[in-house]
Amino acid sequence: MILNIDTFIAEERPFWEELEGFLQRSGKEGGERFSLDEIRRFHYLYQRTSAGLGRLATFSAEPETKGYLENLIARAYADIHERRRIGWKRNKAQQLFRAFPQTFRHHINVFYLVLIITLVGASFGGFVLIKDPQAKAALLPFSHLHNSPEERVAQEMKEQGEHMSGHQAQFAGSLMAHNIKVAIFALGLGLTFGVGTLITLFYNGVILGAVSVDYIMAGQSTFLAGWLLPHGSIEIPAFLVAGQAGLVLAKALIGHGDRTPTSQRLRKILPDLTVLISGVAVMLIWAGLVESFFSQYHAPVIPYSLKISFGVIELLLLVLYLGLVGKQDDGRHDPS
Amino acid sequence: MYQKKKQLRIRTPEGISFALELASPLMRFFAWSIDALIIISLGIFLQQMIFTPIIKAAPDIGTGLYIVVTTALSLCYAMAMEWFWDGRTLGKRLFRLRVMDSNGFHLQPSQVVVRNLLRVVDSLPLLYLVGGAASFFSPLYQRLGDRVAGTVVVKLPRFNSPDLTAIGEQKFNSLRAYPHLVARLRQAVTPAEADIALQALRRRDTFDDLERTSLFDQLADHFKAKCSFPEEAVRTISSEQYLRNVVELIYSSGQ
Repeated sequence: MILNIDTFIAEERPFWEELEGFLQRSGKEGGERFSLDEIRRFHYLYQRTSAGLGRLATFSAEPETKGYLENLIARAYADIHERRRIGWKRNKAQQLFRAFPQTFRHHINVFYLVLIITLVGASFGGFVLIKDPQAKAALLPFSHLHNSPEERVAQEMKEQGEHMSGHQAQFAGSLMAHNIKVAIFALGLGLTFGVGTLITLFYNGVILGAVSVDYIMAGQSTFLAGWLLPHGSIEIPAFLVAGQAGLVLAKALIGHGDRTPTSQRLRKILPDLTVLISGVAVMLIWAGLVESFFSQYHAPVIPYSLKISFGVIELLLLVLYLGLVGKQDDGRHDPS
Repeated sequence: MYQKKKQLRIRTPEGISFALELASPLMRFFAWSIDALIIISLGIFLQQMIFTPIIKAAPDIGTGLYIVVTTALSLCYAMAMEWFWDGRTLGKRLFRLRVMDSNGFHLQPSQVVVRNLLRVVDSLPLLYLVGGAASFFSPLYQRLGDRVAGTVVVKLPRFNSPDLTAIGEQKFNSLRAYPHLVARLRQAVTPAEADIALQALRRRDTFDDLERTSLFDQLADHFKAKCSFPEEAVRTISSEQYLRNVVELIYSSGQ
Protein backbone atom coordinates (compact mmCIF):
# COMPACT_ATOMS: atom_id res chain seq x y z
CA MET A 1 0.00 0.00 0.00
CA ILE A 2 1.33 3.40 -0.92
CA LEU A 3 1.06 5.82 1.97
CA ASN A 4 -0.50 9.21 1.33
CA ILE A 5 2.05 11.17 3.27
CA ASP A 6 0.12 14.43 3.44
CA THR A 7 -3.05 12.86 4.77
CA PHE A 8 -1.03 10.74 7.15
CA ILE A 9 0.83 13.72 8.63
CA ALA A 10 -2.35 15.78 8.89
CA GLU A 11 -4.14 12.98 10.73
CA GLU A 12 -1.31 12.03 13.06
CA ARG A 13 0.14 15.42 13.92
CA PRO A 14 -2.32 16.14 16.80
CA PHE A 15 -1.28 12.87 18.45
CA TRP A 16 2.41 13.67 18.04
CA GLU A 17 1.89 17.10 19.55
CA GLU A 18 -0.03 15.59 22.44
CA LEU A 19 2.83 13.15 23.06
CA GLU A 20 5.29 16.02 22.95
CA GLY A 21 3.21 17.78 25.59
CA PHE A 22 3.43 14.73 27.82
CA LEU A 23 7.18 14.56 27.33
CA GLN A 24 7.58 18.18 28.30
CA ARG A 25 5.57 17.62 31.45
CA SER A 26 7.53 14.56 32.48
CA GLY A 27 10.92 15.64 33.63
CA LYS A 28 13.47 14.01 35.83
CA GLU A 29 13.71 16.25 38.85
CA GLY A 30 10.42 17.84 39.74
CA GLY A 31 8.66 16.31 36.76
CA GLU A 32 4.90 15.97 36.96
CA ARG A 33 3.43 12.76 38.27
CA PHE A 34 0.74 11.48 35.92
CA SER A 35 -2.56 9.97 36.97
CA LEU A 36 -3.34 6.41 35.88
CA ASP A 37 -5.53 7.65 33.03
CA GLU A 38 -2.78 10.00 31.88
CA ILE A 39 -0.24 7.19 31.97
CA ARG A 40 -2.55 5.04 29.84
CA ARG A 41 -2.97 7.91 27.38
CA PHE A 42 0.80 8.52 27.34
CA HIS A 43 1.41 4.87 26.57
CA TYR A 44 -1.24 4.87 23.85
CA LEU A 45 0.34 7.93 22.21
CA TYR A 46 3.76 6.33 22.39
CA GLN A 47 2.46 3.18 20.70
CA ARG A 48 0.54 5.14 18.08
CA THR A 49 3.58 7.29 17.26
CA SER A 50 5.77 4.17 17.14
CA ALA A 51 3.35 2.64 14.68
CA GLY A 52 3.44 5.86 12.66
CA LEU A 53 7.22 5.72 12.55
CA GLY A 54 6.98 2.10 11.45
CA ARG A 55 4.73 3.09 8.56
CA LEU A 56 7.00 5.95 7.64
CA ALA A 57 10.15 3.83 7.82
CA THR A 58 9.85 2.72 4.20
CA PHE A 59 9.14 6.28 3.19
CA SER A 60 12.73 7.42 3.32
CA ALA A 61 12.25 10.58 1.28
CA GLU A 62 10.49 12.21 4.24
CA PRO A 63 13.60 12.76 6.38
CA GLU A 64 12.28 15.67 8.41
CA THR A 65 9.15 13.92 9.61
CA LYS A 66 11.03 10.69 10.19
CA GLY A 67 13.73 12.47 12.17
CA TYR A 68 11.09 14.27 14.20
CA LEU A 69 9.27 11.04 15.01
CA GLU A 70 12.51 9.22 15.85
CA ASN A 71 13.39 11.95 18.31
CA LEU A 72 9.91 11.83 19.81
CA ILE A 73 10.01 8.06 20.14
CA ALA A 74 13.52 8.17 21.63
CA ARG A 75 12.36 10.52 24.38
CA ALA A 76 9.18 8.59 25.08
CA TYR A 77 11.06 5.29 25.00
CA ALA A 78 13.40 6.56 27.73
CA ASP A 79 10.39 7.54 29.86
CA ILE A 80 8.39 4.38 29.35
CA HIS A 81 11.00 1.64 29.36
CA GLU A 82 13.39 3.02 32.00
CA ARG A 83 13.34 0.64 34.94
CA ARG A 84 16.16 2.13 36.97
CA ARG A 85 15.44 4.69 39.66
CA ILE A 86 15.84 8.18 38.25
CA GLY A 87 17.46 10.85 40.34
CA TRP A 88 18.99 10.90 43.76
CA LYS A 89 17.08 9.70 46.74
CA ARG A 90 15.83 12.36 49.08
CA ASN A 91 18.26 13.53 51.71
CA LYS A 92 21.44 12.93 49.74
CA ALA A 93 23.81 13.53 52.64
CA GLN A 94 22.08 10.94 54.78
CA GLN A 95 22.07 8.50 51.87
CA LEU A 96 25.78 8.96 51.26
CA PHE A 97 26.49 8.61 54.99
CA ARG A 98 25.09 5.07 54.92
CA ALA A 99 25.94 4.06 51.35
CA PHE A 100 29.64 4.87 51.65
CA PRO A 101 30.50 2.29 54.34
CA GLN A 102 28.12 -0.22 52.77
CA THR A 103 29.81 0.11 49.41
CA PHE A 104 33.22 0.01 51.05
CA ARG A 105 32.34 -3.27 52.75
CA HIS A 106 30.78 -4.64 49.57
CA HIS A 107 34.21 -4.43 47.95
CA ILE A 108 36.24 -5.18 51.09
CA ASN A 109 38.37 -7.83 49.36
CA VAL A 110 39.54 -5.22 46.89
CA PHE A 111 40.39 -2.94 49.80
CA TYR A 112 42.49 -5.71 51.38
CA LEU A 113 44.43 -6.00 48.13
CA VAL A 114 44.93 -2.21 48.11
CA LEU A 115 46.15 -2.36 51.70
CA ILE A 116 48.57 -5.20 50.95
CA ILE A 117 50.04 -3.42 47.90
CA THR A 118 50.51 -0.23 49.94
CA LEU A 119 52.12 -2.14 52.80
CA VAL A 120 54.43 -3.95 50.39
CA GLY A 121 55.38 -0.56 48.95
CA ALA A 122 55.93 0.87 52.44
CA SER A 123 58.10 -2.10 53.40
CA PHE A 124 60.09 -1.71 50.22
CA GLY A 125 60.56 2.04 50.80
CA GLY A 126 61.62 1.47 54.40
CA PHE A 127 63.94 -1.37 53.48
CA VAL A 128 65.67 0.63 50.74
CA LEU A 129 66.18 3.57 53.08
CA ILE A 130 67.67 1.34 55.77
CA LYS A 131 70.02 -0.30 53.29
CA ASP A 132 70.91 2.88 51.45
CA PRO A 133 70.13 6.18 53.23
CA GLN A 134 71.56 8.04 50.24
CA ALA A 135 68.55 6.88 48.22
CA LYS A 136 66.31 9.32 50.13
CA ALA A 137 66.50 12.00 47.47
CA ALA A 138 65.47 9.50 44.81
CA LEU A 139 62.68 7.93 46.87
CA LEU A 140 61.02 11.09 48.18
CA PRO A 141 59.64 13.53 45.63
CA PHE A 142 59.21 16.44 48.08
CA SER A 143 62.33 18.52 48.68
CA HIS A 144 61.33 19.49 52.22
CA LEU A 145 61.69 15.82 53.18
CA HIS A 146 65.28 15.60 51.92
CA ASN A 147 66.72 17.33 54.99
CA SER A 148 67.48 15.35 58.11
CA PRO A 149 64.49 14.78 60.41
CA GLU A 150 66.38 16.27 63.37
CA GLU A 151 66.87 19.54 61.47
CA ARG A 152 63.21 19.69 60.54
CA VAL A 153 62.00 18.98 64.09
CA ALA A 154 64.36 21.65 65.48
CA GLN A 155 63.16 24.12 62.86
CA GLU A 156 59.48 23.39 63.54
CA MET A 157 59.93 23.76 67.31
CA LYS A 158 61.77 27.03 66.79
CA GLU A 159 59.17 28.48 64.43
CA GLN A 160 56.21 27.29 66.52
CA GLY A 161 53.93 27.30 63.49
CA GLU A 162 54.84 30.86 62.50
CA HIS A 163 55.43 29.80 58.89
CA MET A 164 51.77 28.80 58.67
CA SER A 165 50.48 32.03 60.11
CA GLY A 166 48.14 33.75 57.67
CA HIS A 167 48.33 30.90 55.14
CA GLN A 168 46.27 28.17 56.74
CA ALA A 169 43.14 28.57 54.61
CA GLN A 170 45.13 28.90 51.40
CA PHE A 171 47.16 25.80 52.32
CA ALA A 172 43.96 23.89 53.20
CA GLY A 173 42.36 24.85 49.88
CA SER A 174 45.43 23.78 47.92
CA LEU A 175 45.62 20.48 49.80
CA MET A 176 41.96 19.69 49.21
CA ALA A 177 42.12 20.57 45.51
CA HIS A 178 45.33 18.63 44.92
CA ASN A 179 44.38 15.56 46.95
CA ILE A 180 40.92 15.26 45.41
CA LYS A 181 42.44 15.45 41.92
CA VAL A 182 44.99 12.77 42.86
CA ALA A 183 42.21 10.55 44.25
CA ILE A 184 40.17 10.95 41.04
CA PHE A 185 43.28 10.08 39.06
CA ALA A 186 43.78 6.92 41.13
CA LEU A 187 40.20 5.97 40.27
CA GLY A 188 40.71 6.84 36.59
CA LEU A 189 43.84 4.73 36.37
CA GLY A 190 41.59 1.74 36.91
CA LEU A 191 41.06 2.08 33.15
CA THR A 192 44.55 0.65 32.68
CA PHE A 193 43.08 -2.63 33.97
CA GLY A 194 44.32 -1.62 37.40
CA VAL A 195 48.02 -1.49 36.52
CA GLY A 196 48.20 2.29 36.91
CA THR A 197 46.29 2.19 40.20
CA LEU A 198 48.54 -0.55 41.58
CA ILE A 199 51.69 1.37 40.62
CA THR A 200 50.30 4.53 42.26
CA LEU A 201 49.42 2.65 45.45
CA PHE A 202 52.81 0.94 45.57
CA TYR A 203 54.64 4.23 45.03
CA ASN A 204 52.60 6.02 47.70
CA GLY A 205 53.49 3.13 50.00
CA VAL A 206 57.17 3.56 49.15
CA ILE A 207 57.05 7.25 50.09
CA LEU A 208 55.15 6.57 53.30
CA GLY A 209 57.52 3.77 54.30
CA ALA A 210 60.64 5.76 53.51
CA VAL A 211 59.49 8.86 55.43
CA SER A 212 58.41 6.77 58.41
CA VAL A 213 61.69 4.83 58.57
CA ASP A 214 63.68 8.03 58.10
CA TYR A 215 62.04 9.68 61.13
CA ILE A 216 62.06 6.50 63.25
CA MET A 217 65.76 5.91 62.57
CA ALA A 218 66.44 9.51 63.57
CA GLY A 219 64.60 8.96 66.88
CA GLN A 220 61.74 11.29 65.90
CA SER A 221 58.88 8.77 66.15
CA THR A 222 56.80 11.03 68.40
CA PHE A 223 57.13 13.97 66.05
CA LEU A 224 56.27 11.70 63.12
CA ALA A 225 53.14 10.38 64.84
CA GLY A 226 52.12 13.86 65.95
CA TRP A 227 52.67 15.25 62.49
CA LEU A 228 51.10 12.47 60.39
CA LEU A 229 48.32 10.99 62.51
CA PRO A 230 45.90 13.95 62.80
CA HIS A 231 45.40 14.24 59.05
CA GLY A 232 46.97 10.99 57.85
CA SER A 233 44.49 8.84 59.76
CA ILE A 234 41.85 10.15 57.34
CA GLU A 235 43.94 11.12 54.31
CA ILE A 236 45.78 7.82 53.90
CA PRO A 237 42.59 5.69 54.16
CA ALA A 238 40.96 8.10 51.69
CA PHE A 239 43.68 7.40 49.13
CA LEU A 240 43.33 3.69 49.83
CA VAL A 241 39.57 3.90 49.17
CA ALA A 242 40.28 5.84 45.95
CA GLY A 243 42.61 3.00 44.97
CA GLN A 244 39.86 0.57 45.91
CA ALA A 245 37.51 2.39 43.52
CA GLY A 246 40.15 2.20 40.78
CA LEU A 247 40.53 -1.53 41.28
CA VAL A 248 36.74 -2.04 41.38
CA LEU A 249 36.68 -0.40 37.96
CA ALA A 250 39.58 -2.58 36.79
CA LYS A 251 37.87 -5.71 38.09
CA ALA A 252 34.72 -4.88 36.12
CA LEU A 253 36.81 -4.27 32.99
CA ILE A 254 38.69 -7.56 33.34
CA GLY A 255 35.58 -9.51 34.37
CA HIS A 256 37.47 -12.58 35.51
CA GLY A 257 34.98 -15.40 36.10
CA ASP A 258 32.04 -13.19 35.15
CA ARG A 259 30.35 -14.00 31.85
CA THR A 260 28.14 -10.92 31.67
CA PRO A 261 29.13 -8.42 28.95
CA THR A 262 31.67 -5.75 29.90
CA SER A 263 29.10 -2.97 29.42
CA GLN A 264 26.75 -4.61 31.93
CA ARG A 265 29.52 -5.19 34.44
CA LEU A 266 30.53 -1.55 34.18
CA ARG A 267 26.95 -0.33 34.53
CA LYS A 268 26.61 -2.37 37.68
CA ILE A 269 29.54 -0.71 39.43
CA LEU A 270 28.84 2.91 38.39
CA PRO A 271 26.85 3.78 41.54
CA ASP A 272 29.57 2.14 43.67
CA LEU A 273 32.29 4.25 42.04
CA THR A 274 30.23 7.40 42.55
CA VAL A 275 29.61 6.67 46.22
CA LEU A 276 33.22 5.69 46.91
CA ILE A 277 34.73 8.76 45.26
CA SER A 278 32.15 11.05 46.93
CA GLY A 279 33.09 9.62 50.32
CA VAL A 280 36.76 10.04 49.49
CA ALA A 281 36.19 13.70 48.58
CA VAL A 282 34.50 14.36 51.93
CA MET A 283 37.36 12.63 53.77
CA LEU A 284 39.96 14.66 51.91
CA ILE A 285 38.20 17.94 52.66
CA TRP A 286 38.34 17.09 56.35
CA ALA A 287 41.98 15.92 56.08
CA GLY A 288 42.93 19.17 54.32
CA LEU A 289 41.44 21.27 57.10
CA VAL A 290 43.12 19.20 59.82
CA GLU A 291 46.50 19.18 58.06
CA SER A 292 46.48 22.91 57.62
CA PHE A 293 45.00 24.08 60.90
CA PHE A 294 46.23 21.34 63.26
CA SER A 295 48.93 18.99 61.94
CA GLN A 296 51.39 21.74 61.09
CA TYR A 297 51.51 23.00 64.66
CA HIS A 298 53.85 21.02 66.85
CA ALA A 299 54.90 21.04 70.50
CA PRO A 300 55.04 23.29 72.39
CA VAL A 301 52.16 25.00 70.51
CA ILE A 302 50.08 21.80 70.53
CA PRO A 303 51.32 18.91 72.70
CA TYR A 304 52.20 15.74 70.81
CA SER A 305 50.01 13.70 73.13
CA LEU A 306 46.97 15.73 72.07
CA LYS A 307 47.81 15.43 68.38
CA ILE A 308 48.44 11.70 68.58
CA SER A 309 45.28 11.11 70.64
CA PHE A 310 43.29 13.15 68.11
CA GLY A 311 44.65 11.09 65.24
CA VAL A 312 44.04 7.77 66.99
CA ILE A 313 40.47 8.74 67.89
CA GLU A 314 39.83 9.80 64.28
CA LEU A 315 41.16 6.48 63.02
CA LEU A 316 39.06 4.53 65.50
CA LEU A 317 35.94 6.45 64.55
CA LEU A 318 36.68 5.88 60.88
CA VAL A 319 37.12 2.15 61.42
CA LEU A 320 33.86 2.00 63.40
CA TYR A 321 32.07 4.05 60.76
CA LEU A 322 33.30 2.00 57.83
CA GLY A 323 32.82 -1.26 59.70
CA LEU A 324 29.43 -0.77 61.31
CA VAL A 325 27.24 1.95 59.77
CA GLY A 326 24.41 0.45 57.72
CA LYS A 327 25.63 -3.08 58.41
CA GLN A 328 22.10 -4.40 58.98
CA ASP A 329 21.31 -3.55 55.32
CA ASP A 330 24.48 -5.05 53.82
CA GLY A 331 22.55 -7.83 52.09
CA ARG A 332 20.53 -5.19 50.22
CA HIS A 333 23.50 -3.26 48.90
CA ASP A 334 22.05 -0.67 46.51
CA PRO A 335 24.00 2.56 46.38
CA SER A 336 21.96 3.87 43.44
CA MET B 1 31.23 13.88 -0.95
CA TYR B 2 28.61 12.22 1.14
CA GLN B 3 30.07 10.64 4.26
CA LYS B 4 28.06 8.04 6.14
CA LYS B 5 27.43 9.24 9.68
CA LYS B 6 27.62 6.95 12.67
CA GLN B 7 24.30 6.29 14.35
CA LEU B 8 23.03 4.86 17.59
CA ARG B 9 20.30 2.45 16.56
CA ILE B 10 17.79 1.34 19.15
CA ARG B 11 15.05 -1.23 18.73
CA THR B 12 12.14 -0.84 21.12
CA PRO B 13 10.20 -3.82 22.54
CA GLU B 14 7.37 -2.68 20.25
CA GLY B 15 9.59 -3.63 17.32
CA ILE B 16 10.22 -0.05 16.25
CA SER B 17 13.75 0.85 15.33
CA PHE B 18 15.02 4.40 15.54
CA ALA B 19 18.40 5.95 14.96
CA LEU B 20 20.12 8.91 16.53
CA GLU B 21 23.06 10.59 14.87
CA LEU B 22 26.24 10.40 16.95
CA ALA B 23 28.40 13.46 17.46
CA SER B 24 31.82 13.17 15.84
CA PRO B 25 35.00 13.61 17.94
CA LEU B 26 35.69 16.92 16.19
CA MET B 27 32.24 18.29 16.98
CA ARG B 28 32.66 17.21 20.59
CA PHE B 29 36.06 18.87 20.74
CA PHE B 30 34.54 22.16 19.59
CA ALA B 31 31.80 21.88 22.21
CA TRP B 32 34.38 21.10 24.89
CA SER B 33 36.45 24.12 23.78
CA ILE B 34 33.44 26.35 24.35
CA ASP B 35 32.90 24.80 27.79
CA ALA B 36 36.57 25.25 28.65
CA LEU B 37 36.32 28.91 27.66
CA ILE B 38 33.21 29.29 29.81
CA ILE B 39 34.94 27.71 32.82
CA ILE B 40 37.97 29.98 32.39
CA SER B 41 35.74 33.04 31.94
CA LEU B 42 33.70 32.14 35.02
CA GLY B 43 36.94 31.71 36.98
CA ILE B 44 38.13 35.15 35.88
CA PHE B 45 34.71 36.67 36.59
CA LEU B 46 34.64 35.17 40.09
CA GLN B 47 38.17 36.35 40.74
CA GLN B 48 37.52 39.90 39.58
CA MET B 49 34.02 40.46 40.90
CA ILE B 50 33.86 38.39 44.04
CA PHE B 51 37.20 37.16 45.28
CA THR B 52 39.40 40.22 44.72
CA PRO B 53 37.47 42.25 47.33
CA ILE B 54 37.39 39.25 49.68
CA ILE B 55 41.12 38.63 49.25
CA LYS B 56 41.79 42.30 49.96
CA ALA B 57 39.78 42.12 53.19
CA ALA B 58 40.93 38.64 54.26
CA PRO B 59 43.83 37.42 52.07
CA ASP B 60 44.16 33.93 53.52
CA ILE B 61 40.50 32.96 53.63
CA GLY B 62 39.81 34.66 50.30
CA THR B 63 42.62 32.81 48.50
CA GLY B 64 41.67 29.50 50.13
CA LEU B 65 38.04 29.92 49.10
CA TYR B 66 39.05 30.92 45.59
CA ILE B 67 41.14 27.76 45.18
CA VAL B 68 38.29 25.56 46.45
CA VAL B 69 35.60 27.28 44.34
CA THR B 70 37.60 27.23 41.09
CA THR B 71 38.53 23.57 41.61
CA ALA B 72 34.89 22.71 42.28
CA LEU B 73 33.89 24.70 39.20
CA SER B 74 36.28 22.84 36.91
CA LEU B 75 35.31 19.45 38.37
CA CYS B 76 31.57 19.97 38.68
CA TYR B 77 30.61 22.31 35.81
CA ALA B 78 29.98 19.55 33.29
CA MET B 79 28.44 17.23 35.89
CA ALA B 80 25.95 19.81 37.10
CA MET B 81 25.06 21.01 33.61
CA GLU B 82 24.61 17.53 32.19
CA TRP B 83 22.49 16.41 35.11
CA PHE B 84 20.21 19.41 35.42
CA TRP B 85 20.08 20.23 31.70
CA ASP B 86 19.28 16.79 30.35
CA GLY B 87 22.73 15.81 29.16
CA ARG B 88 23.77 19.18 27.82
CA THR B 89 26.40 21.74 28.74
CA LEU B 90 26.44 25.21 27.22
CA GLY B 91 29.00 24.09 24.63
CA LYS B 92 26.98 21.01 23.77
CA ARG B 93 23.81 23.05 23.49
CA LEU B 94 25.49 25.42 21.08
CA PHE B 95 26.43 22.51 18.83
CA ARG B 96 23.10 20.71 19.39
CA LEU B 97 24.75 17.81 21.20
CA ARG B 98 23.40 15.81 24.10
CA VAL B 99 24.79 13.08 26.33
CA MET B 100 22.50 10.10 26.72
CA ASP B 101 22.52 6.53 27.89
CA SER B 102 23.79 4.21 25.17
CA ASN B 103 20.61 2.15 25.56
CA GLY B 104 18.48 5.20 24.88
CA PHE B 105 17.43 5.73 28.49
CA HIS B 106 17.69 8.79 30.72
CA LEU B 107 21.07 9.53 32.24
CA GLN B 108 21.64 8.34 35.78
CA PRO B 109 23.55 10.56 38.23
CA SER B 110 26.29 7.93 38.52
CA GLN B 111 26.73 7.94 34.73
CA VAL B 112 27.12 11.71 34.69
CA VAL B 113 29.60 11.64 37.58
CA VAL B 114 31.78 8.80 36.27
CA ARG B 115 31.96 9.99 32.65
CA ASN B 116 33.10 13.40 33.86
CA LEU B 117 35.54 12.12 36.48
CA LEU B 118 37.24 9.97 33.87
CA ARG B 119 38.08 13.10 31.90
CA VAL B 120 41.30 13.01 33.95
CA VAL B 121 42.39 10.05 31.84
CA ASP B 122 40.71 11.08 28.58
CA SER B 123 42.35 14.49 28.66
CA LEU B 124 45.87 12.98 28.82
CA PRO B 125 48.50 13.90 27.78
CA LEU B 126 46.93 17.17 26.58
CA LEU B 127 43.89 18.42 24.65
CA TYR B 128 41.99 15.14 25.05
CA LEU B 129 44.37 13.12 22.89
CA VAL B 130 43.61 9.84 24.68
CA GLY B 131 39.86 10.48 24.68
CA GLY B 132 39.93 11.72 21.10
CA ALA B 133 41.80 8.63 19.88
CA ALA B 134 39.49 6.31 21.83
CA SER B 135 36.48 8.11 20.44
CA PHE B 136 37.79 8.05 16.87
CA PHE B 137 38.22 4.28 16.91
CA SER B 138 35.02 3.56 18.81
CA PRO B 139 31.96 2.38 16.82
CA LEU B 140 29.80 4.74 18.89
CA TYR B 141 32.35 7.60 19.09
CA GLN B 142 32.78 6.95 22.81
CA ARG B 143 35.75 8.28 24.74
CA LEU B 144 36.97 6.11 27.64
CA GLY B 145 34.70 7.86 30.15
CA ASP B 146 31.70 7.20 27.91
CA ARG B 147 32.56 3.53 27.57
CA VAL B 148 32.73 3.06 31.31
CA ALA B 149 29.60 5.11 32.01
CA GLY B 150 27.64 3.58 29.13
CA THR B 151 26.91 6.94 27.55
CA VAL B 152 27.04 8.40 24.05
CA VAL B 153 26.87 11.94 22.71
CA VAL B 154 24.20 12.38 20.07
CA LYS B 155 23.54 15.21 17.69
CA LEU B 156 20.04 16.59 18.03
CA PRO B 157 18.28 16.93 14.69
CA ARG B 158 16.84 20.16 13.39
CA PHE B 159 13.28 20.01 12.22
CA ASN B 160 13.34 22.88 9.77
CA SER B 161 12.16 22.04 6.29
CA PRO B 162 14.73 22.89 3.63
CA ASP B 163 14.41 26.29 2.03
CA LEU B 164 13.16 25.52 -1.45
CA THR B 165 13.02 29.15 -2.53
CA ALA B 166 16.75 28.88 -3.17
CA ILE B 167 16.11 26.50 -6.08
CA GLY B 168 13.70 28.83 -7.80
CA GLU B 169 9.97 29.30 -7.84
CA GLN B 170 7.97 26.44 -9.34
CA LYS B 171 4.94 27.66 -11.28
CA PHE B 172 4.04 24.36 -12.84
CA ASN B 173 5.25 20.88 -12.04
CA SER B 174 4.40 18.43 -14.82
CA LEU B 175 5.06 15.42 -12.55
CA ARG B 176 2.41 16.44 -10.04
CA ALA B 177 -0.32 15.20 -12.38
CA TYR B 178 0.66 11.64 -11.41
CA PRO B 179 0.13 11.42 -7.64
CA HIS B 180 0.59 7.65 -7.45
CA LEU B 181 3.98 7.98 -9.16
CA VAL B 182 4.87 10.91 -6.89
CA ALA B 183 4.15 8.72 -3.88
CA ARG B 184 6.29 5.94 -5.35
CA LEU B 185 9.12 8.41 -6.04
CA ARG B 186 9.05 9.66 -2.45
CA GLN B 187 9.24 6.11 -1.24
CA ALA B 188 12.11 5.13 -3.50
CA VAL B 189 14.38 8.12 -2.94
CA THR B 190 16.64 8.08 0.11
CA PRO B 191 17.26 11.22 2.19
CA ALA B 192 20.88 11.25 1.00
CA GLU B 193 19.82 11.20 -2.67
CA ALA B 194 17.25 13.92 -2.11
CA ASP B 195 19.83 16.04 -0.35
CA ILE B 196 22.35 15.60 -3.18
CA ALA B 197 19.76 16.80 -5.72
CA LEU B 198 18.85 19.77 -3.53
CA GLN B 199 22.50 20.73 -3.03
CA ALA B 200 23.21 20.44 -6.77
CA LEU B 201 20.34 22.83 -7.56
CA ARG B 202 21.36 25.26 -4.86
CA ARG B 203 24.89 25.41 -6.21
CA ARG B 204 23.98 25.51 -9.90
CA ASP B 205 25.52 28.93 -10.44
CA THR B 206 28.88 27.80 -9.17
CA PHE B 207 29.25 25.10 -11.85
CA ASP B 208 30.73 25.51 -15.27
CA ASP B 209 27.94 25.27 -17.96
CA LEU B 210 29.14 22.02 -19.47
CA GLU B 211 29.78 20.41 -16.11
CA ARG B 212 26.37 21.51 -14.86
CA THR B 213 24.57 20.03 -17.85
CA SER B 214 26.47 16.79 -17.46
CA LEU B 215 25.82 16.64 -13.69
CA PHE B 216 22.11 17.34 -14.01
CA ASP B 217 21.81 14.78 -16.83
CA GLN B 218 23.39 12.15 -14.60
CA LEU B 219 21.20 13.05 -11.64
CA ALA B 220 18.04 13.12 -13.75
CA ASP B 221 18.86 9.68 -15.18
CA HIS B 222 19.40 8.41 -11.67
CA PHE B 223 16.00 9.62 -10.47
CA LYS B 224 14.26 8.45 -13.65
CA ALA B 225 15.61 4.99 -12.94
CA LYS B 226 14.09 5.16 -9.46
CA CYS B 227 10.61 5.98 -10.72
CA SER B 228 9.56 6.27 -14.32
CA PHE B 229 7.04 8.98 -15.25
CA PRO B 230 5.07 8.89 -18.55
CA GLU B 231 6.89 10.25 -21.58
CA GLU B 232 4.50 13.21 -22.03
CA ALA B 233 5.35 14.46 -18.53
CA VAL B 234 9.10 14.57 -19.07
CA ARG B 235 9.54 14.98 -22.84
CA THR B 236 9.57 18.76 -22.96
CA ILE B 237 11.56 19.50 -19.81
CA SER B 238 15.31 19.68 -19.39
CA SER B 239 17.24 17.51 -16.97
CA GLU B 240 17.60 20.47 -14.64
CA GLN B 241 13.89 21.17 -14.69
CA TYR B 242 13.17 17.50 -14.10
CA LEU B 243 15.43 17.64 -11.06
CA ARG B 244 13.67 20.77 -9.76
CA ASN B 245 10.34 19.03 -10.09
CA VAL B 246 11.63 15.97 -8.27
CA VAL B 247 13.12 18.00 -5.41
CA GLU B 248 9.96 20.03 -5.04
CA LEU B 249 7.83 16.90 -4.89
CA ILE B 250 10.06 15.21 -2.33
CA TYR B 251 10.38 18.09 0.08
CA SER B 252 7.10 19.93 -0.24
CA SER B 253 4.00 18.64 1.51
CA GLY B 254 2.14 18.79 -1.81
CA GLN B 255 -1.30 20.06 -2.66
